[in-house]
Amino acid sequence: MRLWLGLALLLPLAAGAVAAPWIQAALGHDPFTPDLFGRHGPPSADHPLGTDELGRDILLRVLFGARVSLLVGLSVAVAATGLGAAVGLFAAWRGGWPDAALMRVADGMLALPALPLLVVLAAVDTGRLGLPRGEAASDIARLVVILTLFGWVGVARLARAAALTELARDYVAAARVSGAGEARVLLRHVAPNVAGPVLVAAALSVAGAILAESALSFLGLGIQPPAPSWGNMLANAQELVFSAPLAAVWPGLAILVAVAGCTLLADGLRQRVP
Amino acid sequence: MPRLIAGRLAQMAATLLVVSALVWLVMGLMPGDPADLAMMADPALTAADIERLRAAHGLDRPLHERYLAWLSAVLRGEFGFSRLYAVPAARVLWPALGSTLVLLGASLALAAGLGTVLGVLAAARPRWAPAVDALAVVAQSVPGFWLGILLVILFAVTLGWLPAGGSADTPGLVEALRFLVLPVATLAIVNLAAYARHGMAATRAVLREPYIQTARMKGLSERAVVWRHAFPNAAVPVLTVAALDAGALVSGALIAETIFARPGMGKLIYDAVMGNDYNLALLALLLASAVTMLATLAADLGQRLIDPRLRD
Repeated sequence: MRLWLGLALLLPLAAGAVAAPWIQAALGHDPFTPDLFGRHGPPSADHPLGTDELGRDILLRVLFGARVSLLVGLSVAVAATGLGAAVGLFAAWRGGWPDAALMRVADGMLALPALPLLVVLAAVDTGRLGLPRGEAASDIARLVVILTLFGWVGVARLARAAALTELARDYVAAARVSGAGEARVLLRHVAPNVAGPVLVAAALSVAGAILAESALSFLGLGIQPPAPSWGNMLANAQELVFSAPLAAVWPGLAILVAVAGCTLLADGLRQRVP
Repeated sequence: MPRLIAGRLAQMAATLLVVSALVWLVMGLMPGDPADLAMMADPALTAADIERLRAAHGLDRPLHERYLAWLSAVLRGEFGFSRLYAVPAARVLWPALGSTLVLLGASLALAAGLGTVLGVLAAARPRWAPAVDALAVVAQSVPGFWLGILLVILFAVTLGWLPAGGSADTPGLVEALRFLVLPVATLAIVNLAAYARHGMAATRAVLREPYIQTARMKGLSERAVVWRHAFPNAAVPVLTVAALDAGALVSGALIAETIFARPGMGKLIYDAVMGNDYNLALLALLLASAVTMLATLAADLGQRLIDPRLRD
């Protein structure tokens, strides 16, 4: 039930994000070029959700923003889940001081307030590291890296707990007795059995990444305008609450739908995996 | 217990030390050191002036040397200066901390109180469960900054009942409370879901316990069974969630303070980072982290205090 509800929220959003260029072609205008005579336009056949403070189509900007948000969310989930699962499996398998050290690092990171730290990290001037700055692609890469730095922790703890249970089971001993190497035991036997909880953690980390990306973009530290993202659209809308309050509705609703969709999906998966 | 507290405090100190060292390294990669900023402010400065400025600020020394000097000063209680506010950093930090603690305390009380009551209601009256469930999903997913903007549009712009942001300029409790309502509501709503979910799960579990059957068999009203017998035991998870969510609460405070232009630690960190005031940013970040970890520790200890099963 929750699984289907989550998919019902996410699929239209994802379809809209993928189809954004065709929708743009169908509507016949460009969401990146200002049209100063058409500012704050009401919803119409031409602009289904109206226009923003520079006369750009809000629907198209929300859909192009979806490309950014979903891309960041999915990339962070893939990177954080991969890293977290690897760390968790390794810690559970190795035990001893590496396990203790990794888990102390995880405890320390979970105890810290994430957003203030992300704000500080996001202020790093990537130009000084020899990377291009101010381009949408480099903004996205920078966000994925700093969100992954925090995202792996939750996955690692879950993967470690699940792997500890699995490693104590008879089938692991049986595999070892029949001569399987440690790598084979971990990757062929243990990993598939911890995939369930890790998948749930991955779905949750998409939700967390979308929220964090939009918060940083809202604060002006994430995706920089003119590239649209839900967060920086809301930052513009906040300055206009008195003159154009409705501009704040759509980007926020998109974030709500995306995050609720991922959360419901994770809940639904949790009910289904053993 | 004292061993546990000592261990946790040691781990806190280690975490703060590591964070301060890493952030100090990262600050070397941030735009605008004091000499750059002085040069921008005064075009008449010559290269020789800049050399002298860099030497005066110690900017010509290597990064680790500067870090150790900063660390030993901070450990002696000398927090240095804030570039942005042009006063000693401590003069900005402590008032901001006070303001944030008020915001955090009020939001935590509201989120935990309302969330737990909703959770217990949903468990005791299954008819309510779907509504509470839906509310929890929405509250968990709504971005705090959007909720804040919507509340401003409704209560400040449309209805005109409450101020849109800032802090009270006339003294008086009522005035101060008026400025507190919207930030507290925003922060409480985004943090309420976890309390509702845990409260619901815990109450459902407690209602299956034999002592509840005993209470029902004694002929107690359902109201007395739920609120007098089940509720106190179902309230233990409040502290579990409070311990888990302390970081999320402080993160939310940064958002709430930024939207509502409310002076506090979160806004201070944000303004300091944006204003190239890296000493203040680092100190505020460490202070916010220390508050978060102390809150987590307090909640953990509280849990052990009221639930004998957790003591060993």
